[in-house]
Amino acid sequence: METYTIIVLLLAATIRVATPLLLAALAGLFSERAGVIDLGLEGKMLGAAFAAAAVSAVTGSVWLGLGAAIATGVALALVIGFACITHRGNQVVAGMAVTIVVSGLAPSLALAWFGLGGQTPQLTNAAQRFTALPWPGAEAARAMPFPGLMYAELLAGHNGVVYLAAALVPLSAWVLYRTRFGLRLRAVGENPHAVESAGIPVNGLRYRALLISGVLCGVAGAYLSTAANAGFVRDMTVGKGYLALAALIFGKWRPVPTLWACLLFAFTDAAAARMQGVALPLAGVVPVQFILALPYILTVLLLAGFVGRATPPKALGVPYTTEK
Amino acid sequence: MSVSPERVPALDLRGIDKRFGPVHANRAVSFAVRAGTIHGLIGENGAGKSTLMNIVYGLQSPDAGTLLVQGREVHFRHPREAIAAGIGMVHQHFMLVENFTALENLLLADGAAAGSAAGRAAAREKWDRLALDHGLDVPLDAVVGELPVGVQQRLEILKALGRKAEILVLDEPTAVLTPAEATQLFQLLGRLRAQGKTVILVTHKLREIMAVTDRVTVMRQGAVVAELDTAATSLRELAEKMVGRSVLLQVEKGPGFPREVLLEVEQLAASDDRGVPRVKGISFQVRAGEIVGIAGVAGNGQSELLETLAGIRTPTGGAIRLAGRDVAGDDPAQRRRLGLAHVPEDRLKLGVVAAFAAEDNLILGQQERPEFGRGVLLDRRAIAAGCRQAMAEYDVRPGDPRLRLGAFSGGNQQKLVMAREIGAGPQVLLVGQPTRGVDIGAIEFIHRRLVALRDAGKAVLLVSVELDEILGLADRILVMNGGEIMGELPRAEATEEKLGLLMAGVRAEAGHED
Ligand SMILES: Nc1ncnc2c1ncn2[C@@H]1O[C@H](COP(=O)(O)OP(=O)(O)OP(=O)(O)O)[C@@H](O)[C@H]1O
Ligand SMILES: [Mg+2]
Repeated sequence: METYTIIVLLLAATIRVATPLLLAALAGLFSERAGVIDLGLEGKMLGAAFAAAAVSAVTGSVWLGLGAAIATGVALALVIGFACITHRGNQVVAGMAVTIVVSGLAPSLALAWFGLGGQTPQLTNAAQRFTALPWPGAEAARAMPFPGLMYAELLAGHNGVVYLAAALVPLSAWVLYRTRFGLRLRAVGENPHAVESAGIPVNGLRYRALLISGVLCGVAGAYLSTAANAGFVRDMTVGKGYLALAALIFGKWRPVPTLWACLLFAFTDAAAARMQGVALPLAGVVPVQFILALPYILTVLLLAGFVGRATPPKALGVPYTTEK
Repeated sequence: MSVSPERVPALDLRGIDKRFGPVHANRAVSFAVRAGTIHGLIGENGAGKSTLMNIVYGLQSPDAGTLLVQGREVHFRHPREAIAAGIGMVHQHFMLVENFTALENLLLADGAAAGSAAGRAAAREKWDRLALDHGLDVPLDAVVGELPVGVQQRLEILKALGRKAEILVLDEPTAVLTPAEATQLFQLLGRLRAQGKTVILVTHKLREIMAVTDRVTVMRQGAVVAELDTAATSLRELAEKMVGRSVLLQVEKGPGFPREVLLEVEQLAASDDRGVPRVKGISFQVRAGEIVGIAGVAGNGQSELLETLAGIRTPTGGAIRLAGRDVAGDDPAQRRRLGLAHVPEDRLKLGVVAAFAAEDNLILGQQERPEFGRGVLLDRRAIAAGCRQAMAEYDVRPGDPRLRLGAFSGGNQQKLVMAREIGAGPQVLLVGQPTRGVDIGAIEFIHRRLVALRDAGKAVLLVSVELDEILGLADRILVMNGGEIMGELPRAEATEEKLGLLMAGVRAEAGHED
C-alpha cells in the first residue's frame, strides 16, 4: 500500500478510536469542572455498553439500546452523586466502587440472561447497530485521486455517534464559557462557598453536572458495544475511562485541548495496531507495549510538569459542607 | 442620626439559639437593628457573631427563635431566600472565585443572562453604572485573585448592592485592610446609610465602632450582654462589656535592656513564588531583650522576609546569622534546634492543620521533644496533659485537647499557635500579624506574652500592619516599603505620621543615617 493510503487509513482509525474516548473525557470534563472527581467514567461506560448491547439484542433496536445505555449511565452517576454529594463521601472511592461493581455485575448479568459466557449475543442485524451514514458520492470518491480517499474515509464513512462527539466539543465549550449554567458550574468547581453565598444551591449544580456526565458516558458505552463492536464482551472498555481522564488532564480541563489529547492518544493506539513488527527507520522494531503505554507516559510527564502545568479546578475532590 | 423608634426595625432577632454539639454558639439572642442605621456587633473570639450573621443570611438555621425582616417573620433555608428578602453579606473570608474576572464573579450572583454578547454588554453596563454610583472602583476585567484585598472587598460589596440589598452585613471587613482602605470603606458605609440602607458591622476594632456606628450590641459567650447607643458609651466601657473585666488597651512595658545580637540579617534578598524579587537587600539586627517591629503596608515584602528567616523560603542572596552562626542554608527544623521559633502570618496556611486535634497541632514541629515520646511512639497521655495545661495557661476556649482545630474560633487558634511556639523556649521569636482577627482580650494577653519574652532576654521580631501594635510593643521600628527598609526609628521618636510617611515610601530627609 502506498504511504498516502496508509496515512489516511491510520487517521480514519484514529477518529474511530477517539470517539468513545472523547465522549468519556467530555463527561469527565463536566463533573470535574463542577468539583467531582470522576473515576466512575470507566464503570459508567462499561455498564452503558452492556445495557446498549443487551437491549439492542433483545429488542432489535439500536435506539432502544442507546436509551438503555443513557439510563444506565445516569443511574450510576446518581449513585455516585448520592454517595459523594448528598453524603459527602470520598469521590475516589465512590467512583472506583462503581467501576468495580459494574465490571463484575455486567458479565454476571450477561451470563444469567444470555448464557454465552459473559457476553451478549452478536448484533448481526443492521437495525441493532449504528452503521456508517451514507454520504453522497463517498463510494465513488474512494476510487478517485488525491482528496477522494480522504473524503471517503475521514469526512464520510462514520456512524452518527462520531459526528455527535465532534459536535459536542464546541457545544461543551459554549455551555461552559457562554451560558449562566456553565459559569456557575465552573464556579462550583473552584469555590463552592462563593456559589452558595451567591444564593445558588451547590448540590443541585453538582448533581446536574453528574447527570450530564452520565448521559455522555451512556453514549460512549453504546458506541463501544453497538457501533465499534457488535456486542458486549467482558471488560470491553479496557481502561478507556482512565485514559479519558488522562486526556482531560492533558487537555487542562478544557474542551478543545481535550479533543487534541484524545486524538493524540487515539493515534498512538491506532498506530500501535499497525506497527506490530514494523521496523522504523532509526528505532528499529518498537515494542507494541511501549506504544500502548505512550498515552500514560505522556500523562505522567505532563503531571511531572514537563509539558506545562495543569491546574485542576480548585475544589476538585473536596466534599462541600458549610462547616470550616 | 435621629430615627423615630416607632419605625419598624429593619432586622429583629428574637431568641435565636444555636448549638454545635457541645458548643452553645448563640444563647437566646434578641436585638433589633433600626432601619437606616449602622449597627455594630462586637464580642470576643468565639462569641458567636459569625454564627449569628450566618443565620441571618440563611447559611445556617437556628435551633430556636425567630427572625423578622422589615417586620415580617422569615425562615430562611438558603441564602437565596435571604437575598430575596434584601439581605446582603460580606463574609469574614471572601466568597469570590479567584480565577474568575471581577465581572464573572458579579454575573455569578446576577440573574441576568450571560449567554449572548448583548446580554454580557448589558450586564457590564449595569455593573459599571452601579460601581460609579457608589464610588466603588473595581476593574471589571481583572482576575480577582490578582487584585489587592481592598479591591476584592469592594467587589463583594458591589455584589451585594447589585442584588438590591437593603440590609448589608459586614463580618470583620477591615481585618485585612490598610488604614486608608478602611477609611474609604467607612465613607461608603456612611453614604449607604444616607440612602436609607441598614448596615450591620462586625468588628474587633473598637475605634471603628466608635467612629462609624449608631448603636452597638455586645455579645459574650453566645449571649447579648449589652446594647448601647454609641454616642453614650466609650472605648473603655465597650472593652469591659466585651471581655467581662477591665482590659488594658495598651500593655505596660518597662524600658528594654538590649544585649548581644541574636539575629543578624545582611543584604538579604528573596523572591516570591513567581520569581518576582520581594526582599531587596535588607540588613538589620535583633538583640537579646528587645522587640524589633517591622511596619509597612501589607504586601511590601514582609511576608517573604519572615518566611525566608524561618527557612520556608530560600533566599536569593545575603546572609542570616542566628547567634553568630550562618543559617542561610539550614532548613526550618535545624533553625528550630538553634532556638528559632516562628508564628506565621497566615496561621491556617502555615501554622496549623485544621483537620487535626488541638493537641496534635500543639506538637507539630516538636514531635521529637523527649517529653512527648516514649521510644519511637508518641506519649499520648503526656501530649494531652501538655495541651490541657497550655490551654489553661493561654485561656483557650473551649479547653478540649481533642477538638478539631478548625472548630476553634480564629482568636483561639492563634492562642494555640502562640502557646506552641513560645512553649518551645526559643531564643529568637519571629511573629507575623499576631493579633489579626483576634479580640481585644486576647490581644492584651498575646502582647503581654511578647513583652514577657523580651523581659526574659529573648529577641523578638514583630511584623505587623497594625501601627497601634507596633507602637505599643516595639523598642525599635523598621519600616518596609517595596522590599526595602525605608528607615529605622527608635520607639521614642516614632509617631504615626512619621511611620505613615515611611510606609508610603517617602524617605525621611530629617531621618539621620548613622
Ligand atoms: N461549624 C461549626 N462546627 C462546630 N463549632 C462551630 C462551628 N462554627 C462555629 N463553631 C463554634 O461556635 C462558636 C462561635 O463561633 P463564631 O465563628 O460564631 O465566633 P465569632 O464571634 O465570629 O468569633 P471570631 O471573632 O473569632 O470570628 C465558637 O466556639 C466556634 O468554635
Ligand atoms: Mg467571626
